[in-house]
Amino acid sequence: MEVFVFSLFNGILYGMLLFLLASGLTLIFSMMGVLNFAHASFFMLGAYFAYQISDGIGFWPGLIFAPLLVGIFGAIIERYGLRPVHRFGHVAELLFTFGLAFVIEEIVQMIWGKVPVPYDVPASLNVTAFVWQGLDYSAYRLFMLLISIAIFVALFFGLTRTRIGLIIRAALTHPNMVSSLGHDVPKIFMWTFGVGCALAGVAGVIGGNVLGTEPGMAIQLGPIVFVVIVVGGLGSLGGALIASLLIGVLNNLAISYDLSLYPIFSAFGIERDVDGILSDLVNLTTGGIAPLVPYLLLVLMLIFRPRGLFGMRDV
Amino acid sequence: MKILSNKKTVGSLAVIALLCLLPLAVNSGFALTVMIQCGVAIIFALAFNMLLGQGGMLSFGHAIYFGLAGYVTAHVMNGMSNGDVPYIPISLIPLVGGFAGLFFGILIGFVSTRRAGTPFAMISLGFAELVTALTLIIVFFFNGEEGVQTDRWVREELFGITYGPDIEVYYLVAFWCVVSVAIMYAITRTPFGRICNAVRDNPERVQFIGYSTHRVRWLAFSLSSFFSGLAGALHAVNVEHVGFETVGLAQSAVILIMVYIGGTGAFLGPILGAILVTLLTSYLSDITPAWYLYLGAIFVSMVMFAPGGLAGLIAMHAPIRQLGSRCQLSMIPSYSLAFCTSLITLAGGVGIIEMLYFHSTTAVRDATMTLYGINLSVSSFWPWLACFALLCLGYYGCTKTYPRMVVTYNENINLVRERMFQ
Repeated sequence: MEVFVFSLFNGILYGMLLFLLASGLTLIFSMMGVLNFAHASFFMLGAYFAYQISDGIGFWPGLIFAPLLVGIFGAIIERYGLRPVHRFGHVAELLFTFGLAFVIEEIVQMIWGKVPVPYDVPASLNVTAFVWQGLDYSAYRLFMLLISIAIFVALFFGLTRTRIGLIIRAALTHPNMVSSLGHDVPKIFMWTFGVGCALAGVAGVIGGNVLGTEPGMAIQLGPIVFVVIVVGGLGSLGGALIASLLIGVLNNLAISYDLSLYPIFSAFGIERDVDGILSDLVNLTTGGIAPLVPYLLLVLMLIFRPRGLFGMRDV
Repeated sequence: MKILSNKKTVGSLAVIALLCLLPLAVNSGFALTVMIQCGVAIIFALAFNMLLGQGGMLSFGHAIYFGLAGYVTAHVMNGMSNGDVPYIPISLIPLVGGFAGLFFGILIGFVSTRRAGTPFAMISLGFAELVTALTLIIVFFFNGEEGVQTDRWVREELFGITYGPDIEVYYLVAFWCVVSVAIMYAITRTPFGRICNAVRDNPERVQFIGYSTHRVRWLAFSLSSFFSGLAGALHAVNVEHVGFETVGLAQSAVILIMVYIGGTGAFLGPILGAILVTLLTSYLSDITPAWYLYLGAIFVSMVMFAPGGLAGLIAMHAPIRQLGSRCQLSMIPSYSLAFCTSLITLAGGVGIIEMLYFHSTTAVRDATMTLYGINLSVSSFWPWLACFALLCLGYYGCTKTYPRMVVTYNENINLVRERMFQ
């Protein structure tokens, strides 16, 4: 029971981190049609900026300034990099963000090296929050959860209850109409891109010290975020939330239980002492196939239901 | 119908002759290895361009057909030396890889080619991640992180060929390279090749004239996988080892970058890109640790400023040939000015990157490095200022010289147009 509760809790936490990345990405994708390949790279930049700032000043200024820096950097990239490419079409934009991800990874390696940097949990939060059935839970994880829930609530209210949110939601589906009504759609794009990158930066700041801050972190997380936005449905924040939690919880449960798939095979009369490809399959555990599950979900979703769980239109 | 004009026939024969004679001109083993890699890269790049350039499908996971075919080839070669698999001459083993690629291409292509554009790119990425994850799970086929070791020396073939020495592998690769290039060129000239282009440009209209866009894409995808598999088999024969990195995202990224830098619009573009990037990777990766950063930067600037790639830039200037030498000479000053300012910018940028790399990789304080033949200390302030000044100066110069170059180009192109309408 306690294993279940704790892996559920960790799954929700991982899911909320995924959501911070996916919310920005899904807004950018459905608004501009650009699949931002470099979105996870902004997550990585957030973690590295936070490391650098917390090294010099402290964790708390890092929490404020690192996402700000990442957001500004993202807005500049949109204005001077992505916008000129827009006229060559979506494939060119995709290629641009792909190249950008490549370049950012190399630059990060150049400045901070190839090995993980020692970005640690701040000492003030590195304490046990509560002990439940003999397992203790760290205060920092609780703090991560609070921050991500706060951002979700702020984002939700910002999009549904404010005038800016109204314009953004309108630009998601009818960019030409919004432009005809006198709004500067390119500027809305730029700010949405910037804010999306800043959200990814926040995820980097609070997640970098738990998941590890290293140059490979972007390429590990990036494709999973794509899975989230496709499964959740384009432009749907609620869908992104549910898909993030689903993938986060599934992943954590599969790894912490690590059940063997042998009973399924033995039901078909396949025993452990077989040769060849079956021997690999018989010895599989759920922890072993956990990395496969998101991508299987992505491929199946794109084939059978391209609009995702809650999307209004196809990818 | 005549497929090749006389000029092209002569050109192709000259290239084949050059390929035969090239190993005689170079006598270093390293150069031979690089040429073999070039050959493999050319086949793979052209196969990739069947999708990206001719079919309009951007794949982020095309290395899986290259890599899986490599694994199959390695297993077949190992099986041949054990006697489990009937003997196939190594000269024909690329076909085994090709059919392996074709098999996976037909299988995966069926589901992934229903849609083009971004959905296709995402599915290809999903499959790439799927196969990468599988390499660590299915030990029987992939052998985990170790990969599959193999030996190309199975037995002596016709004319005493053993594929022991690299030179014999070179001729094997060169032969299959010429054959695949010829077939892939011929495919672009068939009605199927044309309908591929139509599916890329306007799928709706193609559906109206009665073609299934899915079937056309699927066929193009399968053919492309066949040639990717052929390249993968040659890679396996050459390296005698296939590891999980051959199916990975990095391999897919490199081939995409190669093809795009060369140019997707022209048939010869990917060949140009494959040769250039392979040469640069082989020779520059020893000189600078920042090579992949430069490659990425070149790619990004290509996407932003020259979406046609190098071949596109060359094709833009092809009509200028019709002008007299006086007009052509008049273009030189503005072009060379732009070239000089680019060079200054580049010198500044490269200097900063190299110093940053040196700074982050050396632990020794006050260590000196050599940049452009000058010994300098990274901890002092002046080299940074100098490079930064070069960068700013060059950038400012570029903002002045590039518009001028564009004006000169337009003037001359207009001259060509006027002559055409006279």
